[in-house]
Amino acid sequence: MTAIVDYGVGNLFSLESSFKAVGEEVIVASDPEVIRKADRIVLPGVGAFRDAALKLKESGLDQVVTEEALKGKPLLGICLGMQLLFDRSFEYGEYEGLKLIPGNVRPIRDLTKDTLKIPHIGWNPLIFRNRTPLFRYIREGDCVYFVHSYYAADCTPYVTADTEYGAYLTASVQKDNIFGCQFHPEKSGDVGLNILRAFTEI
Amino acid sequence: MITKRIIPCLDVRNGRVVKGVNFEGLNDVASPVDLAKYYSKNGADELVFYDITASYEERALFTDILRETARSVFIPLTVGGGINTTADFDRVLKCGADKVSVNSGAIRNPGLIEEAAKLYGDQCVVLSCDIKRVNGEFRVFSKGGREDTGMEAISWIKWCVDHGAGEVVVNSIDTDGVKQGFDLPMLDAVLKAVSVPVIASGGAGGIQDFITLFTELPTIDAGLAASIFHFGEVDIRDLKQVMKEKGINTRL
Repeated sequence: MTAIVDYGVGNLFSLESSFKAVGEEVIVASDPEVIRKADRIVLPGVGAFRDAALKLKESGLDQVVTEEALKGKPLLGICLGMQLLFDRSFEYGEYEGLKLIPGNVRPIRDLTKDTLKIPHIGWNPLIFRNRTPLFRYIREGDCVYFVHSYYAADCTPYVTADTEYGAYLTASVQKDNIFGCQFHPEKSGDVGLNILRAFTEI
Repeated sequence: MITKRIIPCLDVRNGRVVKGVNFEGLNDVASPVDLAKYYSKNGADELVFYDITASYEERALFTDILRETARSVFIPLTVGGGINTTADFDRVLKCGADKVSVNSGAIRNPGLIEEAAKLYGDQCVVLSCDIKRVNGEFRVFSKGGREDTGMEAISWIKWCVDHGAGEVVVNSIDTDGVKQGFDLPMLDAVLKAVSVPVIASGGAGGIQDFITLFTELPTIDAGLAASIFHFGEVDIRDLKQVMKEKGINTRL
């Protein structure tokens, strides 16, 4: 059973539906005990880093997510949920993340040409880096759907895929049992569902 | 590199997909849920659901359809039509929409854009603009293209983007339903004015019109159409194959 952490950020209907579509029992949970009992955890997130980090802390769920991840339970952060796994973000200031994966979250604008549109919205192919079981059922060059203005930096040892948008942007990461996708697998068609299916088999 | 998006638009009334020529003469085509599944399987990069209903009962039916679609279709879903307040944003986002498009609602209450962007993020707020040439200028029309607002379109779009619209759909009333190609001069004017993604709408009659769009305007992000997809005049897989042959980035 997969628990999707509900800490009051964004809508989880599609994410929940996508796990059901791959035959996984799924529960949207704000109760720490439910999250503790789950086989794996998904940390979603949309909006601004500061607001999400604050809400996660206020809900107290940051503790159970961190504890379970450090015990070895598979954890998947999606979009802003992935960015929260890192040490800190420089989105409108400097804010601390969960520090589960070493790295920082920085503006795409710092890296990429002025002429490129920000946010980076749309389907972009994956360029594989380090191997990950998450990509067991997909191929390099498969497209996934991105919506973001910030990217994970200083985390090269953990990058499992990049995407190219004027520069290489971190598309996915893994550190042991902790996984992150900058893109939205629940909005990436069959490719995305295959990534979620692989996660439920870890 | 990021791919150019192909977006079928489904106008939904009374639980059915309809599409008019020049916004009139509506014609029932198919079930929205079935059509959405079909498009998702056949290469659509995103879907737009447009709610053209009048009554409260029909609105409830629309959100039911939306929820059912989001349960089985896993590509981005934009919803528009009848979006006048942040409560309307909330209503469709809860049913599985990823982005919400505002048109007349923003004209009546321009504060809606900033309010929604603060609540849900810029990426969630899509400005949809119906534009027609009047006395040599691009004019914003409201109420499904029936009413001239008197506002100049490019400055209106710029204002909306400055206040939080994260994407713009440009629908040319001059080319809509005519099937002679997208309105390149109008789109070019919008592309030069804003730095967020711009989606072209109105005028696609065949595959070549999309090729011309992406070749002539390399910074355009997506092409949107309705009837040519619904009536099977253009198959999205065929379209994308030709895009690939022409060297246009596309998701196959």
